[in-house]
Amino acid sequence: MSARPGFVLEVDRSTPPTLFWRGERFTLEKLPEGSRVIYAPEPHEPLDDPLAAIRHALANPLGDSEPLSALLFPGMKLTIAFDDISLPLPPMERPDIRQMVIEQVLDLAAEAGVDDVELVVALALHRRMTEPELRHAIGDRVYDAFAPNGLLTQHDAEDRDNLLHLGQTDEGEDVEINKRAATSDLLVYVNINLVAMDGGHKSVATGLSSYKSLRHHHNPETMRKSKSFMDQHRSELHSANWRMGRLIRDAGIKVFQIETTLNTDTFPDAFSYLQKREWEWKAKDRIGFLGAKAALDRMPARYARRLFHSVKAPHRMTSVQAGEVEAVHKVTTENVWAQQGVVVEGQTDILTLGLPYISPYNVNSILNPILVACLGLGYFFNLYRNKPLVREGGVLIMTHPTPWEFNPVHHPSYIDFFEQVLSETTDPSEVASRFEEGFATDPWYIHLYRTGHAYHGVHPFYMWYWCAHALQHLGAVIIVGGDPKSVHRLGFRSATTLADALEMARDVVGSSPTLTHLHAPPILMADVQ
Amino acid sequence: MSRVRDALTAKRFFVTGATGFLGTALVERILRCVPESEVVLLIRPGRRTSPMQRATKEILKNDCFDRLREEFGDRFDAEMTARITAVGGDVATDGLGLDDDGLEALSRCDIVIHSAASVSFDSPLDSAVEVNLLGPSRVAQAYVAARDLAESDGRVGPRHFIPVSTAYVASTHQGEAKEELLSANPFTLDVDWRHEVTAARRQRGDTEAESRRPERLQAFHKEARNELGGAGLHLLAERAERLREDWVKKQMVEIGQARAISLGWPDAYPYTKALGERALVEQFGTTVPITVVRPSIIESALAEPRPGWIRGFRMAEPIIISYARGLLKEFPGVPEGVTDVIPVDLVVAAIIAVAGDALASASEFEAGDSSAEYAGPSVVHVASGVRNPFRYGKLVELVTEWFKEHPVYDQDGQPIVVPEWSFPGRGRVQRQLTRASKAMGMAERVVGSLPIRGRQAEWMAALEERHLLADRALGYVELYGAYTETEARYRVDRLLALSDRMDDEDRMLFCIDPAAIDWPTYVREIHLPSIIEHARVRTTPGKAIRTDRAERARKNILSPDRHLAAFDLENTLIASNVVDAYAWLATRHLPPAERSAFIADLVAEGPQLLSLDRRDRGDFLRTFYQRYDGAPAARLRDDGWDLFHHLLLAKSFPAGIARVREHRALGHRTILITGALDFVVEPFRPLFDEIVCARMDERPDGTFTGRLIDLPPIGEARALVLADYADAEGLRLDESMAYADSASDLPLLEAVGFPVAVNPEAKLAAIARRRGWHVETWHKAKGGAQPPLPLGPFDRPGSARRGRTAPAALAGQARRLRATLTAGPTPREIR
Repeated sequence: MSARPGFVLEVDRSTPPTLFWRGERFTLEKLPEGSRVIYAPEPHEPLDDPLAAIRHALANPLGDSEPLSALLFPGMKLTIAFDDISLPLPPMERPDIRQMVIEQVLDLAAEAGVDDVELVVALALHRRMTEPELRHAIGDRVYDAFAPNGLLTQHDAEDRDNLLHLGQTDEGEDVEINKRAATSDLLVYVNINLVAMDGGHKSVATGLSSYKSLRHHHNPETMRKSKSFMDQHRSELHSANWRMGRLIRDAGIKVFQIETTLNTDTFPDAFSYLQKREWEWKAKDRIGFLGAKAALDRMPARYARRLFHSVKAPHRMTSVQAGEVEAVHKVTTENVWAQQGVVVEGQTDILTLGLPYISPYNVNSILNPILVACLGLGYFFNLYRNKPLVREGGVLIMTHPTPWEFNPVHHPSYIDFFEQVLSETTDPSEVASRFEEGFATDPWYIHLYRTGHAYHGVHPFYMWYWCAHALQHLGAVIIVGGDPKSVHRLGFRSATTLADALEMARDVVGSSPTLTHLHAPPILMADVQ
Repeated sequence: MSRVRDALTAKRFFVTGATGFLGTALVERILRCVPESEVVLLIRPGRRTSPMQRATKEILKNDCFDRLREEFGDRFDAEMTARITAVGGDVATDGLGLDDDGLEALSRCDIVIHSAASVSFDSPLDSAVEVNLLGPSRVAQAYVAARDLAESDGRVGPRHFIPVSTAYVASTHQGEAKEELLSANPFTLDVDWRHEVTAARRQRGDTEAESRRPERLQAFHKEARNELGGAGLHLLAERAERLREDWVKKQMVEIGQARAISLGWPDAYPYTKALGERALVEQFGTTVPITVVRPSIIESALAEPRPGWIRGFRMAEPIIISYARGLLKEFPGVPEGVTDVIPVDLVVAAIIAVAGDALASASEFEAGDSSAEYAGPSVVHVASGVRNPFRYGKLVELVTEWFKEHPVYDQDGQPIVVPEWSFPGRGRVQRQLTRASKAMGMAERVVGSLPIRGRQAEWMAALEERHLLADRALGYVELYGAYTETEARYRVDRLLALSDRMDDEDRMLFCIDPAAIDWPTYVREIHLPSIIEHARVRTTPGKAIRTDRAERARKNILSPDRHLAAFDLENTLIASNVVDAYAWLATRHLPPAERSAFIADLVAEGPQLLSLDRRDRGDFLRTFYQRYDGAPAARLRDDGWDLFHHLLLAKSFPAGIARVREHRALGHRTILITGALDFVVEPFRPLFDEIVCARMDERPDGTFTGRLIDLPPIGEARALVLADYADAEGLRLDESMAYADSASDLPLLEAVGFPVAVNPEAKLAAIARRRGWHVETWHKAKGGAQPPLPLGPFDRPGSARRGRTAPAALAGQARRLRATLTAGPTPREIR
């Protein structure tokens, strides 16, 4: 049985209320008649035998590449890089794809008699992963074989001794990546391609690079020219990474790219109603929803958060392809679109979003106000191809409690960014010109990034730049149910109820606006015609 | 023709006590109303100021002189310099401590007015005796010496002596008191003033000796420790000595009060004043022409120099303010009793009138009028009770009504409702207040022993302040209750006769008739507005804007001119302590089975650890750190990083860490001074230019000995460390900041120019409030993990990081050392 495609519902009198995420909680909201709700396609059937599929992919590479076994030889220097904690979302049930792929790559390497193997977590400027997180991603067997001997490292973008400057692109962009990876005979990169922008040349050019390199495309200008960054043909972020990737290739660095795609099976059985269409809820779903809602509403937010972060997603692998970067990525992108794409007719005046508890940067942590902005304006807003879902000058309404709370271990520079930078200005260009350098080179943030589990000092800036396109495009941003103080600091407007927010939005877009709700998660991509 | 003014014109006055309330008004009035008059002021030289400087600063700058300043305009300074002479001296010294010039100046005076007194109703007996009892005779003696000097020069010298006393010397017995010498008053006991002087001086010696007995000294030390905690020897000693001095003073006050009451006076003030009059009359009654002026309770001016003028907070003011603030619900008194209050300008006028009358009479006698002959020492009352009685009930009514119309506002900007008065007896009020004071004291002790800090601790400081106010209110009732309950009536026949002898012009200039006072007007329009203005209480509604002050203080601290910022670690930058760190490190490699036993042990030890910490921080650290005996050093150094990233950072105050960085960005040096161990603080290194912490000795086999290499930097050692560092680096401590959370950090905080109390615990909150130190309230980041117990993460089996060597070394240590702690030597023996 093939899965049903995505669907755009037009709300009429008989439509039941729509589920809105509000961080660790959710509510049902009655949308005005005539509103549209976009639902993700149902999960595709996973691969029957993922291990066999991986084996097959490694043996039958795409593009100009030999099979992996042919690239391995005794005495070689092999580095396996893999995606960090930011993928997939939510973290998947064991065994993680990375574990399955890496184990196979290691088996081949062992067969070929390769001794010098190192694993590198492609952190870029993300936080270092903890031991349990690493064990979850690559499995105990791999962890115990590599970590105690120092052969499992996390990319350190501030370790000058382990970075190699490869040159500049035609556009004058510095390309600097992990030295171990750059000086290996073969670099195998293991991807989990959750969304269309993951993978390709971005894997190495971003994941293993440094601030010196990243600043060329992680800036307001690039983000404003990426419409959207999920659409490689219209993404300046993509172009920059491709220029860098080609420079890496031309520098003689041999990359064997492995990319995998997932289906949209996002929540375990107990929460299955979260990914169903409301009018199809069965009695079990209704009871489950009511029970969970009652419990979550009564539970302190921190416990609700802990509960949700312990949820592992049942998503399964739908494809795996390996070989030359660009050829592999072309197939991957098609697969991602096949699972997530939904055709939507025309733009809307008001786009509503229910923001969940998780984003790429707060796994096992809290979605602080800056990440709330980034999740809504950076990620969800950009889940489109062709045209943004909301028209220029339109309004974005998001539901999230947006508490003034930060994780001091993971997001120390975010705290200061929120207190010192956003209190002065919310304009991404001004933020960049006045404050970025100071935060990026701050020794204390670098210290915490290198020795602990903190995002790099410059990371909150990137989150803000992620919003740049939306900030430029939108007429207003309203957060429903947010802490008014934090919402105000973000430069947004705050409303108590969705009805209030709609009333406020009418002041911007006129008295009879069109409204579209993006029913995510599960993740979907709107192909706006 | 004006009898008094003409008699005094171009005369010279010698005045003692000119810096006081009455004295200031007197000097102003003489200079303003007596043409060509001059004054010679006896002024105690200050430590760094000459008598004239003191006169300028404390007398001429007072708003009493505003009117004169206006009248003279540009001539004011020149006029004052020409007419005022200040001579150094002290009424508590024999011969007044006058030098030759001083005596010469005195010899050129015509009138000598002695208004210096220890007016406080609760001064220690011996100082009251020196000033009040012996003072008048000393001035009289100087008078005689000056007259002899003048006569040897062929001049006349001083001609009349006017000592200012108090109406209450006639005791507070019922009925009318005449204006007569005490020797003629049947209600006062005839005690030998010489014996009283000797006894008072001996009492001082005895009390001093008593205060130095070992038990007493120990008690003072204990109290100081209770107050300051482990603030270090020097500060404790300083505080204990202050407590001893305060105790002696309190004893001397009590002794004075007891003696006064035993002789029939309400307290030491009228008692010493009365004996002072006796001593004066007995020694100089025949050789010096004397008129004693006895005012009742002097209050703000009726008209001169302006209505409502008052200096200092006197007797009725604090009581009225306490009432307006709702602190004092009642004040003892009988409604039909008479409150004998007299405005200061009437007293001043009476003194001047007495002087003028004396000189005029002398002239008249010389001119042949035998009725004007001086007939020996006499007394003039300046009181309102007989001539224009003011009932206590009426006073209360006027005050209550006025405060209903003009309420005082509390800190939240809410008006305070004044209580209804029920005219209770003194005993009842005293009991009520004593009970309230005791309850608050108890609450303070309970709250003070709780480990609270930050906002709650500031609330505690407010409680303490309220307690202080309640105690003060109790003090007022004890001291002044006798005065509102008094039923004595002071006759003013001689005052009125004096007024009669004055002509209209005199009476215009120097109004001395108490009938001139309209009490309701005086209370409502003159006295209450004036004292409310002086008390600086809130008289407007609405929230106080207090952030301004904090903002200013912060700006001051974050000025580029500063040099050095010193930080404490625990509870200043992180909400954690050595016990947390230890528990985390000890459980880091502990199998789950042993964890619960370890936790139970540690929780059970909690109170004991807490009390040891409170007794002596150094002993606590030394004892506690012994638990690390046998622990592998290398692994702890490694685990220190995990501790930092998992526990300490999660418990850190981001605003505090931001502050350290802000100081660095401003170019200030930063230094961390903490009793924590080096491997715990190592990850903080990038924040500081210098870290001073505890370091532990290591055995050759790589395990810790549990003993510290040198003294831990706590208490006074912190101040020394900071001073050494500043010295070596050429930085100035008065341009430096120190951030700390507890009273045991006082030496550090006191060492710098800009101390900052961070989330202060109760004792420090109280101290910071009293001294006006800047207080910061910093919080943990709300979104961090907040484990209920500081336990290390539990390593899964097969973990590479799991220590395979002696995983439970630390916990085993804990158990063994707890036994030592319980059975072992007490902290004192360790020391």
